[in-house]
Amino acid sequence: MSTFYFIAFLSIFFSILVITAKNPVHSILYLVLTFFTFTIHYILMNAQFLAVVNFIVYMGAILVLFLYTLMLINLNKESEPRKSSMVKFAAVIGGGCFLVTIVAALKAFKVSQPVILNDPNLGLVKNLGKILFNEYLLPFEVSSILLLSAMVGAVLLATKDPKTT
Amino acid sequence: METLTRNIQAIPLNHYILLCSIIFAIGVIGVLIRRNAIVIFMSVELMLNSVNLLLTAFSVYRGDATGQVFVFFIMALAAAEVAVGLAIIVMIYRNTNSIDINVLNRLKW
Repeated sequence: MSTFYFIAFLSIFFSILVITAKNPVHSILYLVLTFFTFTIHYILMNAQFLAVVNFIVYMGAILVLFLYTLMLINLNKESEPRKSSMVKFAAVIGGGCFLVTIVAALKAFKVSQPVILNDPNLGLVKNLGKILFNEYLLPFEVSSILLLSAMVGAVLLATKDPKTT
Repeated sequence: METLTRNIQAIPLNHYILLCSIIFAIGVIGVLIRRNAIVIFMSVELMLNSVNLLLTAFSVYRGDATGQVFVFFIMALAAAEVAVGLAIIVMIYRNTNSIDINVLNRLKW
């Protein structure tokens, strides 16, 4: 039980470091650590499929894509201007309002039942695959079209226009 | 392994909601305080991930695997979003030599 609280503390700690790190490369590396703690959360909930997908897709693919783009762009240290402290203060107030709303709504519920896994093979690949390919076959195929169109769009956007150059 | 996870999981649902909303709020604050477009994208990823974690927690809580399937779709969507978004950022950098979002204020008002 205390494992959850330790990992939750690490998640919050690293996610705060993500938004406060001055160097964007450090910020991406902290984001990798944050997603690693999320993977541990999935393992604690016995959602093994999501843990593996989170590990491979987020930490392996998406964040490497971020890092690659950042190194391609080659930012200088001075090219990151900071916002004024007034704007930062307003931003923290705005984000804090959301948090206060959620916490107040949680306080309104007095009861809080524990999360207990009744079916141990709920998050296993076999169970999820059966659901995914029976009930959600159409959304699955549509998401493949979405990925194809995103790939075409990314290539189209990132290539130089031969007419203008 | 099963007894291990079963022992670990006597965590109240409210704590999961609290953790995920704290991380979501951190993502919102990150979008608002940073001016680097890539860091803003990373904050958006943070928000998506906190929602994923909460969906999984509710899925385990209800004993319904549909929530985890939905998380899978969100991950596919996030991959597509990141690919297109980073392509747009590269294009912006090529045109303006900067990824500061204050350069891109033409659509502001």
